[in-house]
Amino acid sequence: MEGRLRILFLTIILQGMCMLLISGMAWSADAVVSRDDNAAQQQVIQPQIERRTIDIDTIDTEDFEVAIFAGLLSVEDFGTNMVVGARVAYHVTEDVFFEAAYAKTDTSETSYERLSGGAPLLTDSERELTYYNASIGYNLLLGEAFMGKGWAFNTALYVIGGVGITSFADDDRFTVNFGAGYRFLATDWLAIHLDVRDHIFDIDLLGNEKTAHNLELTGGFSVFF
Amino acid sequence: MVVFPVRQRMGCEVMRVGLFVILLLMVTWVNADEDVYPEVKVADPYIELHTGPGAGYPIFNVVDRGDFVEVIKRKTDWFKVRTAKGKTGWVSRTQMEKTLTPSGEVTEVADAGFGDFSKRRWEMGLVGGTFNSAPVLTVYGAYAMSANLSAEISVSQVTGDFSSSDLVNFNLLSQPFSKWRYSPFFTLGVGQITTSPSVTLIQAQDSQDLIAHMGTGIKIYLTRRFIFRAEYKNYVGFTSDDDNKEFEEWKAGFAFFF
Repeated sequence: MEGRLRILFLTIILQGMCMLLISGMAWSADAVVSRDDNAAQQQVIQPQIERRTIDIDTIDTEDFEVAIFAGLLSVEDFGTNMVVGARVAYHVTEDVFFEAAYAKTDTSETSYERLSGGAPLLTDSERELTYYNASIGYNLLLGEAFMGKGWAFNTALYVIGGVGITSFADDDRFTVNFGAGYRFLATDWLAIHLDVRDHIFDIDLLGNEKTAHNLELTGGFSVFF
Repeated sequence: MVVFPVRQRMGCEVMRVGLFVILLLMVTWVNADEDVYPEVKVADPYIELHTGPGAGYPIFNVVDRGDFVEVIKRKTDWFKVRTAKGKTGWVSRTQMEKTLTPSGEVTEVADAGFGDFSKRRWEMGLVGGTFNSAPVLTVYGAYAMSANLSAEISVSQVTGDFSSSDLVNFNLLSQPFSKWRYSPFFTLGVGQITTSPSVTLIQAQDSQDLIAHMGTGIKIYLTRRFIFRAEYKNYVGFTSDDDNKEFEEWKAGFAFFF
């Protein structure tokens, strides 16, 4: 009985001290805020207060974007296959951004190889296509998308074009790409993309040299930081 | 001196630990929204808050002169601010530049402008064009040793019809009028070219040659940290044959400095 009472008193005292500590911290936080208000008001009367300079440089600037994407790339004559890649983008103004991308895909057999029954044109390692490019994008239509009654998200429809190099069948080919995309900003720092592009390069694997148009449809996620 | 039975002692321990944990949680919870954002005071008659970081987004709130707003983050030329009443919106840079800091000075929005262009140290860019009528893409990095002289290293890839080449170049770049917006430059350098003939040609072997070049061009300051660069270079390749090869390169592209 006596022991339990001692424990009870000890816990009450401990709790009391905790409450004092917590309320002390909260009170000091309040005091800082009210002191600032007073200082702002007294600026006209007493110019000898300490100057509090703000450092605009410490404001978090979110202009860089890193994204991963996946989708379908249709390589002319070599089938349509899954493409996976990554991009880095930098937004210069609200309208213009620069982007660098890298992606990889495995192409399949041409119909010629399947029908003729002869030796395959390319080895398996030569069938892998990788491309890297740098492009400029323009946010053509900025807007808001509404879901239901209470949600609004910033969106942008952009057009994009650029140059790059496609590595396919042991050869590097200069590639021009252009297309359009839709960016949906789930939060300030997370976006979902849907992108359609045409990659144009010259290829002469099947006899004559021709200009191949390779359409790509991808979707991806990006993070702003 | 009272000796407690084991069960009671363990009960005490649990209670003490539990209390400590609760105390810790409450302390961290109290300090949770202490993220300090810089505050600025509105000096214009009012500033406008947009719903998104773009001029087209509608204005849904205004903040009167004399009120303080917290600046939370920045995206391109737009600042996300929070008013005293808790409303969050985006303010354009032109309006932010007219606000005042708490000490009464005009807010300076730190941004690389034309002035920094002439003070830049590092530069990186991508230029593309033609190399003896074959397409070429070059990535380069440069360091400004002084206002007029910089050292550059560049990696290029030429994708020709019958062969593709990789070039690595080191060069010095001289800008006699580096403070001009349209600034001409002259380059001189050496490098190495590795030529790999096309896969469809038989009996082809890679060749490596030493090259030297001289060139001229122009750098044009665009906006924020970006410049446009156009150049012409004339290369001489020192081959083991009797004749030296000559290459002509025309390129243009974008670069950014920091």
